[in-house]
Amino acid sequence: MRALTWHGTHDVRVDTVDDPEIINPRDAILKITSTAICGSDLHLYDGVIPGVLPGDVLGHEFMGEVVETGSDSTLKKGQRVVVPFTISCGGCFHCQIKQFSACENSNPVEKQDMSATLYGHPMAALFGYSHLTGGYSGGQAEYVRVPFSDVGPIVIPDHLEDEKVLFLSDILPTGWMGAENAEIQPDDTVAVWGCGPVGLFAIQSAIVMGASKVIAIDHYTHRLELAKQLGAEIIDFHKTDVREALMEMSGGIGCDAVIDAVGMEAHGFAIDNMIDIAKQKVGIGADRASALKQAILAVRPGGRVSIPGVYGGMTDKFPLGALMEKGLQVRSGQTHVQRYTKDLLEKIEDGTLDTTFLISHRLPLEDAARGYKCFREEQDNWTKVILKPGMERGPAA
Amino acid sequence: MNEQRNLGLAGTVTGVALAIGGAAFAGFLAKRHKGGSDDAPLFTRKRPGTENPIVGRTVTIRKPRAELYAFWRDFQNLPDFMENLESIRADGDAHIWTIKAPAGQTVELRTEIVQEVKDQTIAWRSVKNSDIATNGEVTFADAPGDRGTRVSLVMFYDPPAGKLGRAIATLFQREPKAQARHDLKRFKMLMETGEIATSAHTRDATRKAKQQETER
Repeated sequence: MRALTWHGTHDVRVDTVDDPEIINPRDAILKITSTAICGSDLHLYDGVIPGVLPGDVLGHEFMGEVVETGSDSTLKKGQRVVVPFTISCGGCFHCQIKQFSACENSNPVEKQDMSATLYGHPMAALFGYSHLTGGYSGGQAEYVRVPFSDVGPIVIPDHLEDEKVLFLSDILPTGWMGAENAEIQPDDTVAVWGCGPVGLFAIQSAIVMGASKVIAIDHYTHRLELAKQLGAEIIDFHKTDVREALMEMSGGIGCDAVIDAVGMEAHGFAIDNMIDIAKQKVGIGADRASALKQAILAVRPGGRVSIPGVYGGMTDKFPLGALMEKGLQVRSGQTHVQRYTKDLLEKIEDGTLDTTFLISHRLPLEDAARGYKCFREEQDNWTKVILKPGMERGPAA
Repeated sequence: MNEQRNLGLAGTVTGVALAIGGAAFAGFLAKRHKGGSDDAPLFTRKRPGTENPIVGRTVTIRKPRAELYAFWRDFQNLPDFMENLESIRADGDAHIWTIKAPAGQTVELRTEIVQEVKDQTIAWRSVKNSDIATNGEVTFADAPGDRGTRVSLVMFYDPPAGKLGRAIATLFQREPKAQARHDLKRFKMLMETGEIATSAHTRDATRKAKQQETER
């Protein structure tokens, strides 16, 4: 089959690789109908995530048709499903208390040591996101093997087209959980750093949850425009003193809740030595956390800090004093996708949430490398790229 | 009394260890209760000056104690999650273990059960004059609330002298701490999910398939 494979920093290619096979009883094989490039895939593309090997198939936002099932899969051939990017077994302690992204059994035993060394505990497995999280082949491909297919995938009714539901795999629940972790109350002023897909969905979610004011912070004009269309007030941080503006916009109180939807490659900071250090055996580099640091200073005393943005290592000069002295609550984590898929599918069906506004480009899988390049270099206009294995290749390739 | 309280404090944690070398099992059992020099649960204490420091691990498995005990007690199941074991078959009261050795060879050893308390503990050791001296003990204890069972494992191998012995020692000593922890985690996966997670893309690329490949 054809699949998007990683070969090095800024080097991804569509190669021919082996077709996936059923290995364990609970597996299923999907024929991919739609898959997306995630903002966090750019961290792999930029080489700042350790443990990616040449030839690894990327992609953790995907959906498709069930074409093969293991003996213990509950899926049926022909069903259309969206697959959560977090792989969860359903049977361990963490899955039972719905902390699905802390699953103890999905990351293969021999792959657990690296993240256990870094973080004190092994991570759960994710699709297509380095061997730190299992080394599972991702979904930017024609086919994918889905382990524990009786737990993660959600069956999609025929009348909902791919583009309406694809983002249930990651960015919609991630934005939703980002807002939920901010514990939004009706009179709240909420600030969101980053108007990428997760930030935009966090903004939309915060509004649905009843925030009185949502303020979006970015420097890309088109992305800020999208935030405005969702109902947010906007701040361009290239033109504006962000903390000054936030204090005024919140009546001199400060934001009740802040959401960092930027993560480890924040703009506006000098490139640090993350790449070099991450390649070292220990795998610890310094994350660029400028958005988070600003958010911690902008939130009111006793306020809430939610971090859906991805971080991988350590950070320097963290405002720990502000965190303690202001009595802040911090919540973060990879998304417990399986916790949200059913409710969010209902909100898509009844029109409460729209996800299609985000999509800027649709490309055949064969053009995936170009998709990565443009998504990275033209972030303002390339807000979200969908790849379709079945799509005809255009002349632009 | 003091010793009992220590055991109580350690709770049901008895630890997991795979230490390679010459510690005799009885000696080990005696030493275990004397403990080391710090506050860690018994098997995980630092033991300055010992040649084969005992390294411990316990896993919590979300299944009833009796179910886990029964699966383990059926020794034929052990190769399902212990990577270097090819098979275990009963021979009267004893068991014949077939252990993978480098270059496609195997080594057999004969074990007998030395202690057994239903739903709590199983201890075994190799009979005299085995190619490899081995002993092991697994214990099962209730975890708090509905969290299942705490399972602790200790195993020793004392490989024989000579070329084959050195090869086996290499096999088991590659990463003894990791090996024990990995075996126990595979047991947890098998019990909680019915399968052992693999990120292989094709059946030929699983760890098991690759091992069989190198044996040929």
